Amino acid sequence: MSTATRHKLEMLRTLPSDAARQIQWSFADRYDLQMLVQSVRAVARGPVARLVAQGGRNTHEWTPGKAEMLEAFDHSGITAVFMDLEQGGFIAGPRNLALALVAFELAWVDGGAATASLAGCLALAPIHERGTPEQQDRYMKLAAPPQPGEDRKPWRGAFCLTEPIPYVGVDTGMLDGKIRIVEWKPGEEPILQVEKRGRFITNIGFANFVTAAVDSGDDRIKGSCMVILEEGDPGIFDRGTATKKMVHQLSSTGDPIFNLRVPASRIVGGYDIKNGVLVPRYSHSEVIEAVFRRTRVTVGVMTAAKLLSAVEPVIRYQRGRFRGAATATPGSVRYEMGLQAREDALHRLVDVWATGEASASLAFAAARAFDELDPLEREADRIIAERGVSGTRAKAKFLRQVSDEAASLLRLMPGDQRKEKLQSDTLMRFVTLDSLADILCPAAKLWNTGWGAQMMREAVSLMGGYGITEDCPGFLGNKWMDAQLEATYEGPEAVQRRQLSVTMTNPVFLAQFRNWIREMRGIASERPGTGACTLATAMTMWLWTLERLQHSTDSDGGKLYQSARQGVTFPLADALCWLLAARCQVLDVLELDRRGAQDSSVAEGLSGLVNFLSDLCHVQTARAGGEAARICAELVFGYNRHPAWDEEGYRGCYQQDELDALEGFVPGIAACATDVIAGDGSHPSKAGPCAKCNGAEQFLTLHSKLATCLTGSRLAKDRAAEAVSKLMIPEVLDYPA
Amino acid sequence: MSNGYHIVVCGSVVPDPLQTLEPIETPAGPALKNEMLLPAVLDPWAAHALYEAANLAAHAAGSKVWLVSLGAKAKLRQVMMTIAQKVSFELVPIDGPASGFADAHATAALLAEAIQSITGLDRSRLLLFGGWESASRGAGVTMQLIGERLGILDQFQGVDQLRVQPDGAFEILERIEGGRHQVSLCQGPPALFGWATGNLPEPRNNPQIGMANMRAIMPALQRAKTAAPAPDAIRYRSASPPKQQRQTRIVKNLSAEEIAREIVAWIEKA
Ligand SMILES: Cc1cc2nc3c(=O)[nH]c(=O)nc-3n(C[C@H](O)[C@H](O)[C@H](O)COP(=O)(O)OP(=O)(O)OC[C@H]3O[C@@H](n4cnc5c(N)ncnc54)[C@H](O)[C@@H]3O)c2cc1C
Repeated sequence: MSTATRHKLEMLRTLPSDAARQIQWSFADRYDLQMLVQSVRAVARGPVARLVAQGGRNTHEWTPGKAEMLEAFDHSGITAVFMDLEQGGFIAGPRNLALALVAFELAWVDGGAATASLAGCLALAPIHERGTPEQQDRYMKLAAPPQPGEDRKPWRGAFCLTEPIPYVGVDTGMLDGKIRIVEWKPGEEPILQVEKRGRFITNIGFANFVTAAVDSGDDRIKGSCMVILEEGDPGIFDRGTATKKMVHQLSSTGDPIFNLRVPASRIVGGYDIKNGVLVPRYSHSEVIEAVFRRTRVTVGVMTAAKLLSAVEPVIRYQRGRFRGAATATPGSVRYEMGLQAREDALHRLVDVWATGEASASLAFAAARAFDELDPLEREADRIIAERGVSGTRAKAKFLRQVSDEAASLLRLMPGDQRKEKLQSDTLMRFVTLDSLADILCPAAKLWNTGWGAQMMREAVSLMGGYGITEDCPGFLGNKWMDAQLEATYEGPEAVQRRQLSVTMTNPVFLAQFRNWIREMRGIASERPGTGACTLATAMTMWLWTLERLQHSTDSDGGKLYQSARQGVTFPLADALCWLLAARCQVLDVLELDRRGAQDSSVAEGLSGLVNFLSDLCHVQTARAGGEAARICAELVFGYNRHPAWDEEGYRGCYQQDELDALEGFVPGIAACATDVIAGDGSHPSKAGPCAKCNGAEQFLTLHSKLATCLTGSRLAKDRAAEAVSKLMIPEVLDYPA
Repeated sequence: MSNGYHIVVCGSVVPDPLQTLEPIETPAGPALKNEMLLPAVLDPWAAHALYEAANLAAHAAGSKVWLVSLGAKAKLRQVMMTIAQKVSFELVPIDGPASGFADAHATAALLAEAIQSITGLDRSRLLLFGGWESASRGAGVTMQLIGERLGILDQFQGVDQLRVQPDGAFEILERIEGGRHQVSLCQGPPALFGWATGNLPEPRNNPQIGMANMRAIMPALQRAKTAAPAPDAIRYRSASPPKQQRQTRIVKNLSAEEIAREIVAWIEKA
């Protein structure tokens, strides 16, 4: 019996359990992470939820209540997640997935709480990624929560890149912050004067140290760098006024001013002296590139958590909507089903849920990719150094060669022996995974927060007027507004689209993408109910479109796929995100199906859960395919000039008398001709002769194939809707509102 | 006491009380609808016993705490992700049924057997802890039966406080009617204590404790013996939900008096 038939009759019984989520998001074997989840959840649904319910968000100022939240983070292990074991941490190895889970649990209740926790990591991240061993030792230990018996307050940090207008924003190269050498005694360390103003700096209300991006304001310093500033350094450490933000109010944000004197050893990653010039080992952009690559994933996780957190309160509201009314007696449809008797209410909730699943799957896939990449990156660096390759340019050239080989190996047919090298060779593995990480991170940040914000609005509207009140269970109104910040900070959507438009043309990524199309068809043959076939067609269409745009011009001869042409590259990046998210969602459901039976607490309701989640996949792949098709069609045809009723346009049309003559030879031809010019020169009343497909026949074939691939997707939605109306939910929400 | 106590806490999992709990009939007898799928917590009475045990152990050098649990292994594992972060203990798991319909006699036999097989357990220093009640079972006899099987004659139920006297004897406060306590003295171990709520708050999570506990808990769970179902120990002819209506309403800014008044009015109406 095929798997699809086996699962046919079972319905979803309860909300997905922790055990099921652990399998889907691949941490079923990690008890450290499972404990972390429970610990963070207790803080999120306990003190954080109480603080929000008591109106803790109604002030911009940093309050004792908000400060207590940070202490709760310290006690529960949230703060220590970022630290290595020897620095006071408790999780060994890479911790991208761990941080993603922290963000998920906190944002389930409040985005600002998640931001407050993550901003501390963001401040430490430059030191963690590029700091000298001494810097790492000092600041990680200072920031680690006190161990039992220790009497100290942990240091908190802020990350200061953005500057007041007209300087750093999306464009991180527009640095106004400066460092100069004010004292340099022979044989001694130079002393620097750092001037930096920040804008919208998180954690600034209480930070004890700041990692700030600055540029050289001195001939004796080369280029930019990041520098560590401490409260207590001589000079001005002014926290500025609190930002009057309308979102994430449990985090502290402000516009600080620094003018401080610090030793040169505070330059993140250290420096060399070359010909009497101080040369920082890492420019500020090199540092932030390494930092944002990882931290942006957690932001994507936050919006995903909010969408999934909306499901339970919306179901409860819908079901109970009419209870208590004289006409809604027990047993009546109004009493038993409430708003869930209405198809649209269910369908829209299915859409919210499906988006939540897809975005969580995408972001956790990104986090896992970085967990795998971290040690691989170090190993690759070591090998590259061993081979005597040094300097940024030489390294890039070397890696390009490795990438070329990896791309050609990836293009070989499955089963080809030569493909082994992709697994056995560290550098091959590194460039392959690196190309993926370069896609997954911006995709998760972009799609989860941007589209997530739209769908959060949908969730709010399902609660009616209640949705936009402070009393709404699950704080859904807050979560909607908060999502807009998630789409903005750590690089707004334009930044992510810009990055994707470069990384998605990497041949190593594209070779993998091509293989995924085959993979999706394979999955579809085993599990047609997931919509994997639709996805495969949409992926083929996206790839066709990219290749076409890369090699064609608009009607004025302007190159289409190029960095200045954001109207081309950005939408195509958006389309890719839809496809990636849906693919990750399908893969996670398959993983659950494969491994769920091994856990007795999952096994019992597994068929129903897998059926439901597969239906959500189908709903999502249909939507993703539709979005991709819309975008691709617009790009493929939108840059051709529409034929007009002019000389050139006329050339492609039939003349009425010519058609009359032809009718004698080919009876019926006149009925097929659309663009016919009458004897008096008049033409049909429309924009111009119909546009031709200009070599895009293949695209149109794919387009219509995709339309028919949607077959069954609405049946899946109907099934999912029915499941949503029947599943058992808890009596009450497990956090206050 | 110089060598400390050997405290064995008996406790298992129950469905999270916030969940919808609906009795149903299955071919194997009565059960709760979707019980395996619902999140579980450590039985609250057993949890009080565990926290009291850890506290007592922390104040008597050389003491050690075991938690003996009969329950579905997968559920025990999930609950450990929280409980193991709270206090130090060693888990002795038995994979088997722990629903509200399990037979107290069979359960007690399995637990007593598991306790007897704990290596290094010094019966002369044994304090047997558990809940005097359970959020799902509530047979009210499980702990007594274990005590009998282990030959522990000094038994106390509804315990809210256990204080060690300078001479090593225990002063015990047991709940009696009228909101009062009965004060007893006991020379020392071995003894059995069925805890009411005790006086300790739930310890907050400490991941360092969790990581240390888990190193032993995970292999213990892997090795857990599966308890064979007791064949005809107990048969339920019928089971039905209590005749009560559960009405949940969330209220804000209501004083305790107002809430009490509303409840009284509701009872009078019912
Ligand atoms: C609550 C909050 C907390 C923050 N925390 C921190 C922090 O801790 N540390 C820190 O350093 N910063 C922080 N920021 C700053 C944040 O990262 C910036 O706001 C963000 O990077 C955008 O910069 P900007 O506001 O100057 O927007 P701008 O640079 O003015 O961009 C505005 C818009 O213009 C468009 N645009 C700009 N450039 C391009 C381009 N090249 N291509 C296409 N479109 C473009 C985009 O639509 C963009 O969204 C925070 C911001 C907020 C609101």
